[in-house]
Amino acid sequence: MEPAVKEYTYKDFANDQEVRWCPGCDDYVILRSVQKALPEIGVKKEDVVFISGIGCSSRFPYYMDTYGMHSIHGRAPAIASGVKLANPQLSVWVITGDGDSMAIGGNHFIHVLRRNINLNIILFNNEIYGLTKGQFSPTSRVGQKTKSSPYGNTQPPFSPGELALGAQARFFARIGGNSPKEMTDIFIQAEKFKGTSLVEVLQNCVIFNDGCFVKYTDKSVREDKQLFVEHGKPMVFGKNRDKGLVLNGLKLEVATIGENGITQEDLLVHDAREKDPTMHQMLVRLEYPLVTGIIRSFNDVTLEEMEDALTAQVREKSSFKKADDLFFSGEIYEVKGE
Amino acid sequence: MVTEKIINNKRKLPPEVLKTVVIRFVGDSGDGMQLTGTQFSDTSAMFGNDVATFPNYPSEIRAPQGSLYGVSGFQVHIGSVEVSTPGDNVDLLVAMNPAGLKTNLYAVKPGHTIIVDNDSFNKKNLEKAQYATNPLEDDSLENYRVIEVDMTTLTKEALKGIEGLDNKIISRSKNMFALGMVYWMYGRSKDHTIDFFNKKFKSKPHIIEANTKVLNAGYYFAETLELIPNAYSISPAKMAPGTYRIIMGNTATAWGFLAAAEKSGLELFLGSYPITPATDILHELVKHKHFGVKAFQAEDEIAGISSAIGASFAGDLAITTTSGPGLALKGEALGLAMMIELPLVVVNVQRGGPSTGLPTKTEQSDLFQAMYGRNGESPVIVIAASTPANCFDYAYQASKLALEHMTPVILLTDGYIANGSAPWKIKSIASLPEIKNHIIKEAKENWHPYERDEDTLARNWAIPGTPGLEHRVGGLEKDRNTGNVSHVPENHEIMTWTRAEKIKRVQNNIPNLATSFANQGDLLVIGWGGTFGSLYSAVKQLSEEGYKNIGLAHFNYINPLPKNTGEILSKFKKIIVCELNNGQFVNILRMNFSGIEFLPFNKIQGLPFANDELIEKFKLLAQ
Ligand SMILES: Cc1ncc(C[n+]2csc(CCOP(=O)(O)OP(=O)(O)O)c2C)c(N)n1
Ligand code: SF4
Ligand SMILES: [Mg+2]
Repeated sequence: MEPAVKEYTYKDFANDQEVRWCPGCDDYVILRSVQKALPEIGVKKEDVVFISGIGCSSRFPYYMDTYGMHSIHGRAPAIASGVKLANPQLSVWVITGDGDSMAIGGNHFIHVLRRNINLNIILFNNEIYGLTKGQFSPTSRVGQKTKSSPYGNTQPPFSPGELALGAQARFFARIGGNSPKEMTDIFIQAEKFKGTSLVEVLQNCVIFNDGCFVKYTDKSVREDKQLFVEHGKPMVFGKNRDKGLVLNGLKLEVATIGENGITQEDLLVHDAREKDPTMHQMLVRLEYPLVTGIIRSFNDVTLEEMEDALTAQVREKSSFKKADDLFFSGEIYEVKGE
Repeated sequence: MVTEKIINNKRKLPPEVLKTVVIRFVGDSGDGMQLTGTQFSDTSAMFGNDVATFPNYPSEIRAPQGSLYGVSGFQVHIGSVEVSTPGDNVDLLVAMNPAGLKTNLYAVKPGHTIIVDNDSFNKKNLEKAQYATNPLEDDSLENYRVIEVDMTTLTKEALKGIEGLDNKIISRSKNMFALGMVYWMYGRSKDHTIDFFNKKFKSKPHIIEANTKVLNAGYYFAETLELIPNAYSISPAKMAPGTYRIIMGNTATAWGFLAAAEKSGLELFLGSYPITPATDILHELVKHKHFGVKAFQAEDEIAGISSAIGASFAGDLAITTTSGPGLALKGEALGLAMMIELPLVVVNVQRGGPSTGLPTKTEQSDLFQAMYGRNGESPVIVIAASTPANCFDYAYQASKLALEHMTPVILLTDGYIANGSAPWKIKSIASLPEIKNHIIKEAKENWHPYERDEDTLARNWAIPGTPGLEHRVGGLEKDRNTGNVSHVPENHEIMTWTRAEKIKRVQNNIPNLATSFANQGDLLVIGWGGTFGSLYSAVKQLSEEGYKNIGLAHFNYINPLPKNTGEILSKFKKIIVCELNNGQFVNILRMNFSGIEFLPFNKIQGLPFANDELIEKFKLLAQ
């Protein structure tokens, strides 16, 4: 019988290594949220693997008392794919930054999403290169002044969600770096989801890009500026829970309950499980309100499942059980001694 | 139908006995030359000859019919004596069209035989082959013995009355007419090929019938009309008794990994991205899901090696396969594998470089890249296979060394041995050496992942899923006593030495260098990797001619070098290092053995060494 999974607390996933992020960095929040999520998931500690690339965010595995690899810049999705294909029993997590995943690792990022291997990717989006001390990244905004764009950035940014959905992501969630409770819950859902799940955390870098998300995430505006979506629930937001989304032609619009005859019933209900990503794309693109929560969670066959099924099929039909069967099959001939 | 000169030259003599013969079949891509050549070499191998073959495909996938660059060829070298290369010049050229004749005539030994399909020498094909006049009609082939046969017409005649054949099938089977003729000329049985038809076209009896008829027609045509001046006999070679098969280098490489996985009890993981000439290893391994092989075609070479690193971390026997430019892309990840000390095999099937270079040609110019193509002090094991069949052994050995020393291993092969084929005395799994590993299942107190085996310095291998051994690895330098990240200057120096010493100690686990023909004397011929066949046949020939003062030392282990290398070098007056590059191994030897003079002998034409050029050079130096 399988031994029951031990009752863990978040402390079981922390280790004795000194955490070296800048004080006040959202990376601490993400670390703690992951450590809190894991005990809830019910996975054994020895079965958990964190693979990261390079960046401030990618130091993450060093601080987890699980298996882990701090690898090379941008390649974590490919390494993690190998881990998972080698041993599908493992709970495999990818830790990556906006530069790591969408600049140098862009190719691996889109392909891992396309393949739908059962991995969890946490994307620390701080819209800057933290570790190399403040150059613009593929998510930095046009006009943003950084160390490598002193007169303002001229390269238009990616929206990670849009890119991910375009690459056929089956699971995409977005959450502010200062919402630990929701974040923990999203990590739990992401791990439970069968397939590649991508969680974008809007992570404040206090040193090189401080406040870049405040207009959405600051406690004073959060409820008015963010729409936290939940599957099956109407898309309502606002301090007074009186605003919501309606469809006007091919566009999403904000409507106020009680105005123009709008009632709760007129609001769109969030369907994260819909196969067609059109609505998810619209939600991802919306700037007001900024949509957070699990935007897409579409159940689909995973790569491992397809591979397993094929292997079983081939095994059943094949007469080759051992390498010798292959080596001594077909066109062989004997040479006799004199 | 048949030229007069030949009809009048009827054979009355018994077959002439030959030791070896080189035959080249050439024609249009669609003429089935690869199949024809393979059938001839398989049949000869089963008869007991030693054989070596080499294909020559056009680089265009669908080159225009009849064009010069659409010519496909297959060369077969068979012998009653040991045969170690596909041969340079040919004794018999079978040319199915003018383009084939034009592009291959250079290789025919003067006075030797050319068989042509006369029907294909029409105006259209002659123009495509850029012949101003028909070479069969002018005297440009004076120096050869030309046998003109109306193969297309004769094939059509042979197939009269078989239902369900269209023109395409008819014209496609004329290669079997040529094969039938060659079978008769060399006294070979048709049985193997007829068996082959029966298996291959099981569900298409009319195709079996058609091919068999044409094969027979060619055979009896050659016999009855006695149009061929000589028949030849090549007796079986003296080969070690056992069960054999003809194997291509790339297949042998793939099978070596299958064997290593089974022997080590690990699952095999391949992460790869297609590139000529390495792709056939991927093609082979994807077939073997029945052995649980996980073959992953990644989005690029970086993902290929990265996925393999992940699989190795998770406890698989992990490999990645590529060719020159692909190895360049893998460099950074290879450095990571070296740094985190995981077992990994990287196969580089070398091709002509630099950049895209000569993708379909052979070269040995990636040796420096394999040795040094990474940032930092980053030593890995480098070994090289030297024949199509021993690709099996070195793939096996690469896996064994990776697992026993916890390090990446680069296995170098090249286009020449990867695409060439030769008899392989099949090795059963039971006959192969044991493969140990460093997997640990339980933690002792204060355990850390960089604890080392005292003898080999290999670190232990704790695999995810093992309780109590949770740990982190990474590309950052780590403390030698705890495995944690460390920037301490002395520690870095000691770790650098340790990683170097670990590779050095592999010397204790590899065989000594051997010499053949002479173990001391005037000239030592040195080679490494895929040039073995060429060097071996040249030195052997000289030894038979009486040059007992020339020895051959061929290297399969390059980093580290075999322990006794210096000792062997010291026994010869002159040393020549032969390589298909601009001088790489020679410089590695110079670095390791200062004070010894090494003469370089290099060829950088995308071609293997030719026998003549080696003989001439060696003779000169051995005087
Ligand atoms: C091959 C390579 N190129 C460049 C670098 C330098 N580098 C390290 S991290 C980084 C950017 C990291 O940005 P991001 O992924 O956004 O992570 P963050 O530090 O912001 O968490 C760069 C350019 C490297 N380590 N390796
Ligand atoms: S530089 Fe920015 S992202 Fe990096 S640790 Fe400091 S605050 Fe965090
Ligand atoms: Mg960043």
